[in-house]
Amino acid sequence: MKPAAFDYFAPESLTEALTMLRDVEGAKVLAGGQSLVPAMNFRLTRPVALIDINRVPGLDGVRIDGDEAQIGALTRHRAFEQPVVPGPLGRLMVEMAHHVGHLPIRVRGTFGGSLAHADPAAEWCLLARTLDATMVTQSSEQERRIPASDFFSTVFTTALEEDDLLTEVRLPLLGTGHLVGFSEFSRRVGDFALVMIIVVAEVQEGTVTEARIGAGGVSDIPLRLSSAEAVLRGRRWDPSVWAEAAEAGRAEVEPLEDIHGSVEYRRDLVGALIQRACRQATE
Amino acid sequence: MKLVGTPIRRREDPELLTGRKRFIADLTAGCQSVAFVRSPMAAAQIVGIERPEGASVFTAADLTGVGSIEPILHRPDYFRAPQPVLAVDRVIYLGEPIAAVVADTRREAEDLADAVYVDLERHDPVVTAKAALADNSRIVHPGAESNVVVSGVIDTGDIDATSESAVERIELELTCRRQSAAPIETRGAVARYDEESEKVTLHASTQMPHVLRTAICDLLGMQEADLRVIAPAVGGAFGQKMCLPAEYAVLVWLARHLRRSLAWIEDRRENFTSSFHSRDHHYRIWGSFDADARLVAIEGDLVANVGAYSCYPVTWGVEPLMAMAELPGPYDFQSYRVRARGVSTNTCPMSPYRGVSRPVLTLAMERMMDVAAERFGLDPVEIRRRNLITRFPYRSATGIVYDEGSYVASLEKAAEVVDVDSFRRRQAEAREAGRFLGIGFSVFSERTGYGTPAFAPRNMDVTPGYETVEMAMDPSGGVEVRIGASPHGQGLVTTLSQVVADGLGLPLESVRVVHGDTDRTPYGWGTFASRSMVISGGATKLAAERLREAIVAVAGDMLEAAPEDIELAEGRAVVRGTDRGVDISDLARQAYHHTPKLAPEREPGLRATASYDPAGTFSNACHVAVVEVDIETGGVRVDRFVVVEDAGLLINPVIVDGQIAGGVVQGIANALFEEVIYDDGGNILTTTLFDYLPPTASEIPPIEIHHLQTITDASLTGAKGLGEGGAIGSPAAVINAVSDALRPLGVQVTEMPATPDRIRRMIREATKEMM
Amino acid sequence: MISSRAVTLLVNGVDYVVEVEPRKTLADTLREDCGLTGTHLGCEHGVCGACTILMDGSPVRSCLLFAVQCEGAAIETVEGLAVGGDLHVLQQAFWDHHGLQCGFCTPGFLMLAKGALAEDPDLTGEALREVLSSNLCRCTGYQNIVTAVEDAAARMRS
Repeated sequence: MKPAAFDYFAPESLTEALTMLRDVEGAKVLAGGQSLVPAMNFRLTRPVALIDINRVPGLDGVRIDGDEAQIGALTRHRAFEQPVVPGPLGRLMVEMAHHVGHLPIRVRGTFGGSLAHADPAAEWCLLARTLDATMVTQSSEQERRIPASDFFSTVFTTALEEDDLLTEVRLPLLGTGHLVGFSEFSRRVGDFALVMIIVVAEVQEGTVTEARIGAGGVSDIPLRLSSAEAVLRGRRWDPSVWAEAAEAGRAEVEPLEDIHGSVEYRRDLVGALIQRACRQATE
Repeated sequence: MKLVGTPIRRREDPELLTGRKRFIADLTAGCQSVAFVRSPMAAAQIVGIERPEGASVFTAADLTGVGSIEPILHRPDYFRAPQPVLAVDRVIYLGEPIAAVVADTRREAEDLADAVYVDLERHDPVVTAKAALADNSRIVHPGAESNVVVSGVIDTGDIDATSESAVERIELELTCRRQSAAPIETRGAVARYDEESEKVTLHASTQMPHVLRTAICDLLGMQEADLRVIAPAVGGAFGQKMCLPAEYAVLVWLARHLRRSLAWIEDRRENFTSSFHSRDHHYRIWGSFDADARLVAIEGDLVANVGAYSCYPVTWGVEPLMAMAELPGPYDFQSYRVRARGVSTNTCPMSPYRGVSRPVLTLAMERMMDVAAERFGLDPVEIRRRNLITRFPYRSATGIVYDEGSYVASLEKAAEVVDVDSFRRRQAEAREAGRFLGIGFSVFSERTGYGTPAFAPRNMDVTPGYETVEMAMDPSGGVEVRIGASPHGQGLVTTLSQVVADGLGLPLESVRVVHGDTDRTPYGWGTFASRSMVISGGATKLAAERLREAIVAVAGDMLEAAPEDIELAEGRAVVRGTDRGVDISDLARQAYHHTPKLAPEREPGLRATASYDPAGTFSNACHVAVVEVDIETGGVRVDRFVVVEDAGLLINPVIVDGQIAGGVVQGIANALFEEVIYDDGGNILTTTLFDYLPPTASEIPPIEIHHLQTITDASLTGAKGLGEGGAIGSPAAVINAVSDALRPLGVQVTEMPATPDRIRRMIREATKEMM
Repeated sequence: MISSRAVTLLVNGVDYVVEVEPRKTLADTLREDCGLTGTHLGCEHGVCGACTILMDGSPVRSCLLFAVQCEGAAIETVEGLAVGGDLHVLQQAFWDHHGLQCGFCTPGFLMLAKGALAEDPDLTGEALREVLSSNLCRCTGYQNIVTAVEDAAARMRS
């Protein structure tokens, strides 16, 4: 399985990279390559040129600016195996990072690359959607800030234009009062999630004041489960309420079907994992 | 010190550990590359093929003088479906090779293959065996009356009478989905053309170099002396490489036609779509039990989806007919009426895969035992205890004779090791806490080491079975052992060296084992069917005995003693009870360079040849799986796996345990993870390792292995063969354990793999019924 | 027709100057242009791990890298493990514990283990098993691979 021929460029500055993206017709960005290169080896995608951004400085690293984490798109998945972001968000990312593929994938694969690739079963896509991240994109013409709710169109399709480069992702930090839980089910360790759930809840004196429930692997894009969130809001943070939220979540999703799971099965998983994520958030 | 029985390190390893050892893809230097244009449809008429101008593209029309692959069973219910090496006017499975392209590199060959346009007129494919059996089904092979291409019946004639004494008749329907052996190394071959001799040397990733040579020469009308076949290091096979791939034949033809060296290295997608698949069985069986819960009769209707073409040499009869013949397993009953049918469909051809039909038939019998146990209010150990064969030799209802085994002893030992009572307490406590633990047993016998006497009744056009070993001591005292078996990970070089070293009193380093090269080894059948240690080992032992006779005769001459008084030990020949002796190296030199000093009747040199062709033997084991089922996700975790195995004498216990562990993991995969999935249109949906799921280290439990030892004279070395056993018993143990775990919910598992989706569906349906 | 370009690869401490098309993977380049065939290809989509090598000390899939990307990186393959005639501790441990049968996946496991243990010498138990779940083996059932790596890790720690 050898890829089709392509031309290769390795720009050494952001400006150079963006100019190339604009000028080279049919070029694709090569970051970690852990999703792109398999697709190329299968010849499912045949870019005529690759623009390798691994040598562009300033695209990796995590900065904290006020109440926001600014994640350079080229930051490798590995980096998040340690808490590089303070508070509950950092802990959540550590928990999630261990589910991203396997060690060698995490060595090369990048945070931004995962978002740009937009596999509905990718952990960082779900995180971005659940927390209402902002994607910062640059082209030779303009910089854009795209909210996560507008970023994912469908499987492998985002709001990125041909000339855009995703350079940074901004996630709101979570205050220490936030509970965070993550639950994923996959067939084998390291596989893409059949379903995964993030729960973020702000609980004050036992009552939920704010709730976010994100579901990945269910649909063609990561989802916020608004009905399930509505069940939690204003209620006791309590297993019986989690169960109600789980029922609401089951009812509101319209899962895709594939060889790994039927519609009913993914629905079952949504219900089970919402409760598990809530339980984990408590522990 | 005896080496046989000791867990010495493998002699094969240093080359493998350092990466020096060459597998097929490492042998392509200087070769051009071949890629195949394959059918994107499961069934179609080929309307036309457009190739780029001047390109090196070959179709069936170009392959003049090449025959079709036609494995044959000489029985009336066997349909012969000759397989062209490249499709002629139609394609009948997705992935079927239509054209071969040649380019300097694989990359360019794929570019060229992309540029070949095949105009196909699609037919509706027949994909499932069920559809193929329907009255109005399209017939896959023109000229066939139906899609049943091979069938058999075994009927002891007394089912009706025996059933009258039965108080319980249990019906089960069981399915094993399609699998792929999925070795980490795909198939591949390199055909090197030698200008001087005009001969082709074919390096091939194969389990059977000699058979490959004969088969390709048959197809191409060549003399066998003009084709040398060498199996290099082979990266796993498990049966997928014991049949003739059309691609290897095309490669040799191309090399001769173009007078060039060419390589074809299969990629993973091709391996999933076009390399031999396996399993895909559906059984209906009925077990009749008397008032004492003793099985008295088995009836069955076994259906195997055998794919588009018959595999050479064992044919597409191998799975359904072996299932029919071996379904009784280790159980003591004599009434039997079973029909087996192999059904052809527009899917990839099948070859045997570790265990062949036995993982499925073991599932059938072991589910039967568990279901019967429940009906009779017995525990799963007790019902097996009542039904396992205890007297040997035992002739099964299907006419197979079992040599002595330890079926009941293995069951008792396994039950003791796993501590069933303690488990049941844990299980009950867990159920109180809303957790579902289960235990599953599986007892089976594994037919191994069988030669032509066992193959002959199958009426294959090619009757495999014997093995020959040629042994020679060189003038410096080193021994070369040339074998017809073809090991690919089984450690046979080490174990045969142990046998020879012991037999001749030599250090291990003096022994060299040569295999895989048809120019250097006697004709043999390769390595498959758990046969090599038994048959090649037996021939090796015999040859070593004969060589020993020659050695001690020379020693007798040199030491003026009777050969019976000579002992060989520690590299010397010594007159027993004295300190008179001679170094083997001196003795060998004498036998080659100083022959006038020997007795006149001595033949010069030191050589021996022996063949061994046994009827076969049976190893046996009991497998126990302990699982936990997450009823919300349908996920199954195997917490513990116990094996009590009896494979007779263990030549090298560490190698034995390695084979068992590897087989168990493939069996767990069979039970829970692996499935080749076709859609209704005959398209394969599992073409990557994201979709076809061999387990990782994180999915498998610790595997505890215990051994019993029953030595019979069915095997010269005392070893019984066991390569497949791990994969035969484990699926049933896991499926029984899952069913045991889900018993409170009324769920019985009848299909494998028991994926989380399927388990959830069964739970949903069962809970609905309960409400 | 995209032309080849000259690339210098530093492999096991030695410079190899090769001429490759951009689309030639690091795995293919190591095997064909550097003559280092110990790195094997099992899937070419990053799952089986047979192609695992070390790049700047970390385990990566060489089937998912192009040679043109790898200039300036320090690459280690299985051929660089043994020094002189002496096997690396990991190789010795695999030998001692029967951690290989057909041997096809073995170089990938060796490099994975070496890289993982270099970064975390205390890796053991469940965490070690999870790292080893990165690669597939069809022959051994993994048991002896885990034992071999645990043993090697212990020896390397002492």
